[in-house]
Amino acid sequence: MSEFNGEIRKMMIILSKATLDNVYAAFVLANGARMEGIEAEMFFTFFGLEAIHKEKLEHLHIATVGNPAMHMPTLLGGLPGMEAFATSMMKKEMEKLDMPDVHEFLDIMKASGVKLWACKLAMEMFHYKKEDMYEDIDGVITVGDFYKQGSGLGTHMLFI
Amino acid sequence: MDKQIAGTTVQVNEEGYMTNFSEWNQQIGTELAKEANLDMTPRHWEVITYLQTEFKNDVPLSIRKIGKSGVVDIKEFYALFPIAPLKTASKIAGIPKPASCI
Repeated sequence: MSEFNGEIRKMMIILSKATLDNVYAAFVLANGARMEGIEAEMFFTFFGLEAIHKEKLEHLHIATVGNPAMHMPTLLGGLPGMEAFATSMMKKEMEKLDMPDVHEFLDIMKASGVKLWACKLAMEMFHYKKEDMYEDIDGVITVGDFYKQGSGLGTHMLFI
Repeated sequence: MDKQIAGTTVQVNEEGYMTNFSEWNQQIGTELAKEANLDMTPRHWEVITYLQTEFKNDVPLSIRKIGKSGVVDIKEFYALFPIAPLKTASKIAGIPKPASCI
């Protein structure tokens, strides 16, 4: 606890999933860091890339299958339309809390100084091009570049 | 607790936020800004006045609302109050610490 008395100076948040609950958790943590005067950078890898993919980011869902917190029998969760229904319920609740949608949240994070990085390896795997992605990402980088971004005392890393 | 500032005594909580807005004036705001290493400009005061108006109308503050305020956008808000802008500006404005996560 000696460096800055354990104070957090920078959050490096890795998002590897595209389910709406995970995306929002990552965004709230990154934006919340900036609100506290903490630097924040995000690395979007594997399915997490969908959160910055222009055409996909508006259509993210929560998972109704394989998600025990839904308290829903697996068979029921797998019915057609169930994910869309659960997602629209969640979006209504979030709107009540004044939560922005995914695109607006990206705009807020950029304006707040959060750096947004796309993972090069995952981009190649999904055959995505930089122009497919949210226009204000800071770049497409390797994991090594991301670690370099996180150098310095008081940096913490989080994998979602 | 009591705090001596700008030649007067005001009530603050343990984090330094004023607890009685009626005690606030611009000299106190200027001194509170200096404690946060900020030199106030007319642009800063426009934002502070907006926050105080929202507080008087019982509107909870969030970064998203600031961005939609028409007074200042989020980028400029961070430029004016670079470190923890909503908290810092609220402290200078003499209003309670914002409870928002967004």
